[in-house]
Amino acid sequence: MDLSNVESLRYHWPELVLGAGSIAILMLEVTTRLRARLGEVALLITALALFAVGYTAGADQGYLFNKMIVLDGFALFFKIVLGLAAIGAIWMSTGSRELEGEHPGEYYSILLASTLGMFYMASSTNLLMAYLALEFVSLTSYILAGFLRQKPRGSEASLKYLIYGGVSSGAMVYGLSLVYGLTGTLDFVETGHALGTLMQTPGNGAIIFIALVLSLVGFGYKIAMVPFHQWSPDVYEGAPLPITAFLAVGSKAAGLALLIRFFYPGLSHAGGDGSWVPIPGVDWPSLMVVAAMVTMTVGNLTALRQDNVKRLLAYSSIAHAGYLLMGFVALTDNGLRAMLFYTVVYYLMNLGAFAVLMTVMNGSKGREDMAAFRGLAWRGGALPAAAMLIFCFSLAGLPPFAGFVGKMYLFAAVIEKEMWMLALVAAANSVVGLYYYARIVKAMYLENPIDGDPVIAMDASNAVLVGMMVLGTIVFGLYWTPVVSFADRSLVFFGS
Amino acid sequence: MDHLLSLMTFIPLLGMFVVLALPRDNAKLIKITALAFTIPSFLLGVWLYQNFDRSLVTMQFVERFQWIPSFNIQYIMGVDGLSVTMLLLTALLCPICVLAAWEIDKGVKGFFALFLLLETGMMGVFAALDFFLFFIFWEVMLLPMYFLIGVWGGPRREYAAIKFFLYTLVGSVLMLVAMLALYFTNDPHTFDLMVLMDKAPTYTRAFQSWAWIALFIGFAIKIPAFPFHTWLPDAHVEAPTAISVILAGVLLKMGTYGILRICFPIFPLATQDYAFWALAALGTWNIVYGALCAMAQEDMKKLVAYSSISHMGYVMLGMATLTPQGINGAVLQMFNHGTVTAMLFLIVGVIYDRAHHRRIDGFGGLASVMPVYTGIMTIAFFAALGLPGLSAFISEVLVLLGAWQYNQAITVIAASAVVLTAAYMLWMLQRVWLGPVNEKYADLPDVDMREKIMLVPLAIIVMILGVYPHAVLDLMNPTLVALNGIVRDATPAVAALQ
Repeated sequence: MDLSNVESLRYHWPELVLGAGSIAILMLEVTTRLRARLGEVALLITALALFAVGYTAGADQGYLFNKMIVLDGFALFFKIVLGLAAIGAIWMSTGSRELEGEHPGEYYSILLASTLGMFYMASSTNLLMAYLALEFVSLTSYILAGFLRQKPRGSEASLKYLIYGGVSSGAMVYGLSLVYGLTGTLDFVETGHALGTLMQTPGNGAIIFIALVLSLVGFGYKIAMVPFHQWSPDVYEGAPLPITAFLAVGSKAAGLALLIRFFYPGLSHAGGDGSWVPIPGVDWPSLMVVAAMVTMTVGNLTALRQDNVKRLLAYSSIAHAGYLLMGFVALTDNGLRAMLFYTVVYYLMNLGAFAVLMTVMNGSKGREDMAAFRGLAWRGGALPAAAMLIFCFSLAGLPPFAGFVGKMYLFAAVIEKEMWMLALVAAANSVVGLYYYARIVKAMYLENPIDGDPVIAMDASNAVLVGMMVLGTIVFGLYWTPVVSFADRSLVFFGS
Repeated sequence: MDHLLSLMTFIPLLGMFVVLALPRDNAKLIKITALAFTIPSFLLGVWLYQNFDRSLVTMQFVERFQWIPSFNIQYIMGVDGLSVTMLLLTALLCPICVLAAWEIDKGVKGFFALFLLLETGMMGVFAALDFFLFFIFWEVMLLPMYFLIGVWGGPRREYAAIKFFLYTLVGSVLMLVAMLALYFTNDPHTFDLMVLMDKAPTYTRAFQSWAWIALFIGFAIKIPAFPFHTWLPDAHVEAPTAISVILAGVLLKMGTYGILRICFPIFPLATQDYAFWALAALGTWNIVYGALCAMAQEDMKKLVAYSSISHMGYVMLGMATLTPQGINGAVLQMFNHGTVTAMLFLIVGVIYDRAHHRRIDGFGGLASVMPVYTGIMTIAFFAALGLPGLSAFISEVLVLLGAWQYNQAITVIAASAVVLTAAYMLWMLQRVWLGPVNEKYADLPDVDMREKIMLVPLAIIVMILGVYPHAVLDLMNPTLVALNGIVRDATPAVAALQ
């Protein structure tokens, strides 16, 4: 189906709820006494949006708003992940001590707006719409990253984010304009076909390649792919912790969704039997293989030397972007399924790790260095330490945790295509990764607390969040069929 | 007994949850509970020993159900003559180790919970017949081991723990890659080891070669074979006694077990190609190198650790020969080394508990101070140096018999190393137990009841197997002869047709 603007509205409930909610929260802050409860309101709105996503899941697939965005299984999958990421971030925000006394109305309003932008990123199928959604998410993220105005690091983060973001979206829009100039269309699938035809004329390869690489800058920046990753450690460190978690999980997932949709139904076509054939002439898969290897290696090696746990998790999330790209370059349904699966797993373990970090920061006057974890298990923090242990080993890819299963699917995808080099680089990276995750574990369990280290206790609300993440990490590490079949069902791109 | 193997594997895991639920300060209760949850596996092991059909070469007590159908991952447990031997060794050593850890007073609950988890991992590795399941159990052992060394170990425990962890993980990721490659090579894709074995003739030589090497590195780290051995002395020196026993008694065997279970039957051609350099030559080098290093040690535990490296060399040599004697000798040596080295580490532990150091030159004349202890020690030491009439002699002779048919030069070198073994063992014995009594330790108490309970059964097994090796050999002989035949008779012609 291909619906007009008005007809589209009834398939547009999630976005409408988020948009209306975002404005409503601003109003509520001024007009009511709900100021202290706005977090809960935002939580409710996001949950409502998620229900709405579930409601649209029953609907037909098709284009909305004259082919600007699309309603299909793939978009639904990412909307669910993004909605959950927003819920996680809001949940954390309600218990965050750094955010106390800041303007909750603006904060939650912008957070919801950012989620709205991410929903559009997951579902846009038009270059212009994709660019607008990406910029919308970027702009809201700049504000959120610098929300702690008292903190010099926060302003630095925001400014760096803005400058990097501005440059990369500039490059991207230039790339997209070249694509438009060459093809005369903005629709992903149509541009793909047109570029494929153009490639048959000799001499077009170079310009198309430049256009694609420039577009890639924007996507790469969103998922923190090397060399477009430099913003992320500083922004992760300077932003309020719930926002760091939101960027690490949500922003990355949204970027990934856009990347997949641009390159898969756009610049390649399904070749039957589960494989994808890229348009001839432009060798983007090889380019991405190199990017994947470099991204995971740079992320891991730099993470080794970090003493600030927030920065460490930032570099680790760069490394995980590299792992995720393993599924991207396999050019198979299995590869895509592995990426979707890993996105879910990554959400669980990374958000969980950030939630534990918040418990530690709350309990130790905002300290976020490795020493703040020293002997955590032996000074009241047995539960957060045990949870962190599970998240760390899951991030390192050890069974019986979900991180291992996710990684196994990614490895399987590249090994199926016999990409041995990439598999070996990723294998070596897994070992490096273990070293720095084990450093956190070592600090928590093998080191003894020093006099004066505060007693850390997890508050109930955070404990519930962490508990759910732990549960997911363990259960999906032992029995993951539901997630895989959900990912499988979601591999539906309308219009390709 | 439909679920015998699952019960043996998961009863300790149940024990872990029970231990975790117990109150933290009741150390005695925790210890008794931990012991109580290792005993059923041992008793089931005894039953298994009685009821194992020694005439079959196929898998017995097989359990199978679909775990993740979309990826064709199955839960398959089963034992043949090779794994039943190792399973029994594990079931035997675990209760003994709980006793050996009885004196632990720091973080008792955590220690025993992790120990029980470790037991589940070990049992699972030996019983799993699905490669994926095998891998999970293999990795599950890492985590408890890291903490058991890292939290309850000696002064350099953090270093030793992470070194152990990283070394093993290098092997694991290579194993993961090879495992997935194997999975995709077959159509339909499967992790079922029995199917993978049946399909062995269809794998090309090139694929066999590199997959063999990837798996071999993973297993060699565990054995540990030179040059991947450096984690072992560190881990042993820092680990508490009970963990050293498990490490030397069971974990090292997983390396050679993995080679026999996976590399041999699934990649027979590659095994033929690499047997000489990777197993025979490297094994002999292990024997000599380990013995020479052991000679130079001043710490008793480090000496025993290096002696393990040396003794595991016989296992590698034995299986490389591709003769029935050699391969039987190798697996018998795995069992015997498990019991003998366990005794050695327990013996060192006994003295460390009393004197709080392990320097070989720090004692003297212990024989007159602790007579019973010395008697038990003598059995272990003479078994370790290969005295006829004790268990290790039989397995080493079998290995050398096989090796003689295979390569006489190597056999001569390996056999001469027995002299080195005798030298470091007797030298340590002389310095610690003989000579004038060190006044500082003139009134050390002799072994108590608990220590007797853990040492005497092992001593009895060592003596029985010295005169009646068939008690164990009969279990494994048919399986190993068949396995040997598969590898020896594999021909490249079949693969070339594919």
